[in-house]
Amino acid sequence: MSRLASLPEMWDVLVVGAGPAGMAAATVTASAGLSTLVIDEGPGPGGQIWRAIMTTPVMSRPVLGSDYWAGAPAVRAFYESGATYLPSTQVWSLDADGVAGLSAEGEARYVSARRVVIATGAMERPFPIPGWTLPGVMTAGAAQGLLKTSGLYPSDRLVIAGTGPLVWLYAAQLLAAGGRISALLDTTDPGARLAATRSFPAFAASPYLAKGLALMARVRARVRVLRKVTALSIDGRERATAVRFRRGGGAEEQIPADTVLLHQGVVPQVNLAMATGVGHRWDDRQLCFVPEIDPFGQTGLERIAIAGDGAGIGGWEMAVERGRLAGIGAARALGIASDLVPSPNPALKRLRALARPRAFLDTFYRPAVAFRRPAPETIVCRCEEVTAGDIAKAVDIGALGPAQLKAYTRCGMGPCQGRMCGLTVTELMAAKRGVSPAEIGYFRLRPPVKPITLAELASLPVDGANVKAVVRS
Amino acid sequence: MLARVDDRHQRTVPISIDGRAVEARVGDTVAAALLTADVAACRVSTVSENPRGPYCLMGVCFECLVTIDGVGNRQGCLIEVRDGMAIETQSRRREAGR
Ligand code: FES
Repeated sequence: MSRLASLPEMWDVLVVGAGPAGMAAATVTASAGLSTLVIDEGPGPGGQIWRAIMTTPVMSRPVLGSDYWAGAPAVRAFYESGATYLPSTQVWSLDADGVAGLSAEGEARYVSARRVVIATGAMERPFPIPGWTLPGVMTAGAAQGLLKTSGLYPSDRLVIAGTGPLVWLYAAQLLAAGGRISALLDTTDPGARLAATRSFPAFAASPYLAKGLALMARVRARVRVLRKVTALSIDGRERATAVRFRRGGGAEEQIPADTVLLHQGVVPQVNLAMATGVGHRWDDRQLCFVPEIDPFGQTGLERIAIAGDGAGIGGWEMAVERGRLAGIGAARALGIASDLVPSPNPALKRLRALARPRAFLDTFYRPAVAFRRPAPETIVCRCEEVTAGDIAKAVDIGALGPAQLKAYTRCGMGPCQGRMCGLTVTELMAAKRGVSPAEIGYFRLRPPVKPITLAELASLPVDGANVKAVVRS
Repeated sequence: MLARVDDRHQRTVPISIDGRAVEARVGDTVAAALLTADVAACRVSTVSENPRGPYCLMGVCFECLVTIDGVGNRQGCLIEVRDGMAIETQSRRREAGR
């Protein structure tokens, strides 16, 4: 029997995602004796931050750094917890009753859980600029994943462009691995730097300041760093050949490049939670939609909790604590005796400390308006090739929100299901209509949230009710 | 072009890319194997038929779609290479039924 077919149907707890938050939640619930199923679409545990931690070919510890290797004990605890872990498996639907549609190896099936923790983590914020669809252009996170999983790094002319801690972290890792960088184009908004001064004291009191400065110093010592970069675009026909940009109000400059890595922060992956019916709100500091939850990650849906960066960006240390809290919340809700469930107080305390420096990071690295609401000719929806100008035109002829925009333009209707354009669409439509992003809202998401083949659907077990629903007698 | 740190001296398996025989490193994803074989574009876009390659390598952008062992539109960045795997780029509009 296949892995999916031999799986029990009923579970106490289902965890979606085996990153820091998902593993922490599952470790708590499985250790408390609850049957716990963990599903992840990747081939190994760790999520993005600890990707391939059990198998990475980059074994010299300083290359990937201490935050990466901090994942090893978490993975060990997860493996020892007794949770059932299914890698390389998709969750393509989830409903408020805790019924989840899974698929793997060409087969599908449903399982059901009394409590679900959604821990699908973050993705990189879309970076819509002219040329971002060319082969040779990837995100910095993509390149980092290649390094962790396969030890691979670009060895041709490489330009990294953008803003945010990951830009510097990846640059340092790449240099340590033996790579070279032609130029690092820093798009950090000078206005944002200024706005961040107020939240600086709390950041300066955290370990992040020293860590960040050391990282930047290591990169600056070996890489040409150009600041105040605006008007960024990528040239090429079959693939990227150069980047074009200005510095401040300066003249246009061009640097040849075979590989261009873009990054401007990370945002929660909301597709599964939204399609399940979890309420979300616009977060004006992080410029993204975040789920409405209590300190245990509990959503408005009784059976569903959300933990980790999918609940709002906080980094892996916060994700671990929020995962723990979601696990504790689930165990308590399922009536586990209190001596088998850890106290939430240490996690709540650590979360408060970890939250303090966030305001500075969110403000300082807030992406510039020009890179969130691109010029008319820029492709916004990569799948259906809808430009910012197309979106503006749709608003002109009456599209009020993302749902109508789909009907007018097909924007957000390709295979990525709006993941690559959703936030840009919200911000563009809000600006064009002169209303807040909260009022515009996001695409209305529905299952399947991951593509599923007809053959996989056909492999679902059929009962009498299914047949009655579709067969006329 | 890519260089590699290979502290584990991982073994390779034979795969094919559009019929061309290649050795792929065990543990690499299909998307990584394509990039290593210097295949920058794994498909063309559906509207303008412009070349596209992997963008996010973490399952969210769906740019890495390829045909694997006859099944179309698979996410190459989520699937590891296997001995004998046949990968085809989707360099023309896809026919129905695949
Ligand atoms: S490269 Fe983005 S989904 Fe595979």
